[in-house]
Amino acid sequence: MSAPDLQRGQPPVLLQAEQVTRIYQLGRDVQVPALRGVSFEVDRGEHVAIVGSSGSGKSTLLNLLGALDRPTSGHVRYHGRDVREMSDTELARLRNASIGFVFQSFQLLPRLTAVDNVILPLVYRPGSPRQRRELALEALAQVGLADRVDHRPGELSGGQQQRVAIARALVTEPSLVLADEPTGNLDSRTGEEVMALLETLHADQGTALVVITHEREIAQRASRRIELRDGVIVDEVVA
Amino acid sequence: MSLREALRVAMQALRANRLRSALTTLGVLIGVMSVVLLVAIGQGARSEITGAIEGLGSNLLFVLPGDGEFGAGPTRSSFEVDDIERVDRSLPGGNGRAAGYVIGAEAVQAEGNRFNATVFGISEHYLGVVDRTIARGQALTAADVATGRRVAVLGATTAETLFPGQDPIGRTVSLGAIRYRVVGVLDRVGTTTFGPDVDRQVLIPISAAQRLFGSTRVDAIFVRATSTVGIEADRAATEAALAERLDESEFSVVSQDEIIGVVGDILQILTWVLAAIAGISLLVGGVGVSNIMLVSVSERTREIGLRKALGARTRDITRQFLFEAVALTGLGGAVGLALGIVLAEVVATFAPVPAEITWWSIALALGVSVLVGLVFGVLPARRAGQLDPVAALRHE
Repeated sequence: MSAPDLQRGQPPVLLQAEQVTRIYQLGRDVQVPALRGVSFEVDRGEHVAIVGSSGSGKSTLLNLLGALDRPTSGHVRYHGRDVREMSDTELARLRNASIGFVFQSFQLLPRLTAVDNVILPLVYRPGSPRQRRELALEALAQVGLADRVDHRPGELSGGQQQRVAIARALVTEPSLVLADEPTGNLDSRTGEEVMALLETLHADQGTALVVITHEREIAQRASRRIELRDGVIVDEVVA
Repeated sequence: MSLREALRVAMQALRANRLRSALTTLGVLIGVMSVVLLVAIGQGARSEITGAIEGLGSNLLFVLPGDGEFGAGPTRSSFEVDDIERVDRSLPGGNGRAAGYVIGAEAVQAEGNRFNATVFGISEHYLGVVDRTIARGQALTAADVATGRRVAVLGATTAETLFPGQDPIGRTVSLGAIRYRVVGVLDRVGTTTFGPDVDRQVLIPISAAQRLFGSTRVDAIFVRATSTVGIEADRAATEAALAERLDESEFSVVSQDEIIGVVGDILQILTWVLAAIAGISLLVGGVGVSNIMLVSVSERTREIGLRKALGARTRDITRQFLFEAVALTGLGGAVGLALGIVLAEVVATFAPVPAEITWWSIALALGVSVLVGLVFGVLPARRAGQLDPVAALRHE
């Protein structure tokens, strides 16, 4: 299933957040509302930036968009299906099939080689070990690491590690890549390279890209910018 | 995730922590090794002892004092010498198939040599009934038994110890103050680890033995059946003959098979007890596995969070850690099994205890070690599977 096919003949909305709240229960009486009624949509193939300072609710929103967590109230819908009505197993399947994650701290497994790290999400879907390896090698070639496939994360630079992580996010051909501060642990030049890579792949494959960041320059590259403060959307700018 | 994939991931994780995996495995390894070794020794003892009983010759009936209830205390024998003759006459198809004996321990002396022998006072058909043969000289005769003549037949070891390098026939041995003329020497039976060493015997006429021990008792009567088929007829005849004079509670007739069955059962229970004791160390090994797996889960919280984010279901994670636990214990089981077999061979070679590896102890050892992995792996594996991906990803 390639991305252009998805866009053709299907409704354009990929992801829908409707009056989403998330309240954390700390201890018996202390409730911390991290999100207080957030609504927006992400279309297929769109590039959206979610900005905000720390404590604005960005990370909470990332967890909800990533189907790692369920809202306290309101709805997060993927392909029209409400996340709150899905079982843990269905959520796992949704994450595996439709979402690719890129984390600030890369989240590579140190004892695995680059190619084995990229294979990780493929392990949770049908396929032979050889097919998986071929797909992973292809993805690593796409991010320019064809000559580093057998290196472990400790033997790679920060930028290279993040590119392995991007290969891992794209190898499953997701409809959405969620990048959480993807340049946060990188110097500005490397960060720029990583962002360019993400955008190229997003454009080539028609994958929706949601970048969560506190850096203005990164946010400005998106076609739409959603600004969060204290758990609500305070600004939404279409570039 | 496929089973093969889960196994591959588990082995990968175990290799990443080689020393820890090896040490964790050691507990299970030692447990399985002791189970295999102790069961081998128990089984070896069992075959040795039942073999010794079978060595008395097949188709034997044992007439023993008491009602034969197992676990009853020692019973005074009510048998008399006449009972041997009474039983022998009652047997269908000819006599000479019943023999009785009285047994005692006495120091034997000859030519300044002293030997602690087992003294058997026997009736004339004894050697034929228990299937023993004379090497030199002659057996005790009916006349010897009838008149209580002071003659003796020596076991092979007794003869060699008292008369090293000499022919004992015609020489004299003393039991207490009484002197006996040696008329024969028995063929060597060979050593058995368990039971009385029959080569250390001194056989004298039962009448002479009763005089020596100062009693009129007969300890037991043996009947040799002509065939397996005839054994029940012989049993009935023996019981009828003895019932003429004795109360039913004063004697019991058991076959060799029944004795082997009872003794075999006792030794089987002994084997199981040994296995159970060794099993305790296996249990301790299992606790060690559980403990290390819990540490491993907590160390790899972030990995678990990441795998969940990438699409692993609760079941996938649980299976992964369960496989790790089972791989640890299964490996320990396999190596422990190999070491147990080697040790059993070493024991069998150098110690007087035989050892016998049985297929069921191998199956048990491997089965139990895998089971230990499953049982003790469940708690850590479930804990891993149920981790919240959000919290796990943020775990430092």
